[in-house]
Amino acid sequence: MQKGLVMTGNIRLQELAVNESGFVFDPHTGLTYTANETARYVIEQLKAGSNIENIVEGVKAEFDADGRDVYRHVLEFIHNLQEQGLSSLEAPGE
Amino acid sequence: MNKSDVVIGVTGLNATDNPGPGISVIRSLRHDPEFKGKIIGLSYDALDPGNFSNYADTVYLIPYPSEGEDALKNRLKYIISQTGMQVCIPTLDSELPGFNAISDDLEEAGCKMFLPTNEQYKMRSKTSLPELGAAASIRVPAQRVIASKNDVYSLHEQFIFPLVIKGVFYGAEICHSVEDASIAYDKMVAQWGVPVIVQEFISGTEFDVVAVGDGKGGLVGAVPMKKMYMTDKGKGWSGIVVKGDELMDMTHKFTKATNWRGPCELEILRTATGEHFLLEVNPRFPAWTFLSAGAGVNLPMAVSQLASGSEPDVMPEPDAGTMFVRISLDQITHVDQFQHIVANGECHGMESK
Repeated sequence: MQKGLVMTGNIRLQELAVNESGFVFDPHTGLTYTANETARYVIEQLKAGSNIENIVEGVKAEFDADGRDVYRHVLEFIHNLQEQGLSSLEAPGE
Repeated sequence: MNKSDVVIGVTGLNATDNPGPGISVIRSLRHDPEFKGKIIGLSYDALDPGNFSNYADTVYLIPYPSEGEDALKNRLKYIISQTGMQVCIPTLDSELPGFNAISDDLEEAGCKMFLPTNEQYKMRSKTSLPELGAAASIRVPAQRVIASKNDVYSLHEQFIFPLVIKGVFYGAEICHSVEDASIAYDKMVAQWGVPVIVQEFISGTEFDVVAVGDGKGGLVGAVPMKKMYMTDKGKGWSGIVVKGDELMDMTHKFTKATNWRGPCELEILRTATGEHFLLEVNPRFPAWTFLSAGAGVNLPMAVSQLASGSEPDVMPEPDAGTMFVRISLDQITHVDQFQHIVANGECHGMESK
């Protein structure tokens, strides 16, 4: 597991419009996405500035998820966001 | 002149599958809650679909640009005398030189316009894109203007395939080989004549910005949009307003460098690495202009105010997420209405059924 990764500020992430049904609109590109309940929770936590460890713990608690794969799934999702230019993930000191 | 009771003429009522901007401009004007004036539709063809809508109060046929400036001037002076038309908003590229040439005569007759000058019209032409880019410090794709078929066979010395072959007025084709380029060259010459523009192919996402310049280097307002669905002709059938500091910055640079006067549409490409290239500038409102009014930035009304000599309303930030989705509708009319336009060249009290 890659521990110690931190999120850095991303204006596009902050400006993502996410509604209750999980419809996501990026006002900078005009692209739209559909996020399930877990993905929406992760996006909201990222926007609130939570670190990955806290997000993983939150997902476990909120969704009664199995601890073994949650970290990997959250990280994978964040990498997906990163590919879309919607998050910045760095090891401390980078 | 008060914007509430102004009489405004608008051209470009050819609301076909490749629509002219006229109906979109008229709908924007009517979208202003203070507007209680009249709209005069100025049409080139008796069967232009906009002739049969109820967006214009009255429709007049006007002569094609090929009939010359005198024919246009005399017809518009007649229309002004009949309707009290105070402002005119031409919306088609090909008619702008003609309208510019008679602007003093129209103003004398009581009708004003707010158009780019002939010099500005030339500055933004496709063949002048590199010079415009240099003057405005805007990135543009590398290009070469050719006027001989032989030039096609030396393109590989300057460009890496694929490249884009563009008609001087309209049309663009991506070419992957000399053979493709040769065919595209012939096609463009047959449709639009020479020269033909050869442009570096840059991969990315296209954005469009509708804007109005104040003629002094300032930007009155602008709305950036991304097309969401396109027709086989590459025309936007739906689109969404986006935020875009780089898009707005490029639009500012363009209006400042050219002192742009009136409406325009910028076509801008954003690459995967976030670079922005200006592909083209159209010297008029686009067919999707009503989106600007929907996003809270009524640019056609601003042009009407500027033409009248009034200060335009202060433009807010466009509402990102506002969308347009175009629709095709069959309008029901009657031969009486059609015969009025064909026989008299005008039709009053427009009402679609």
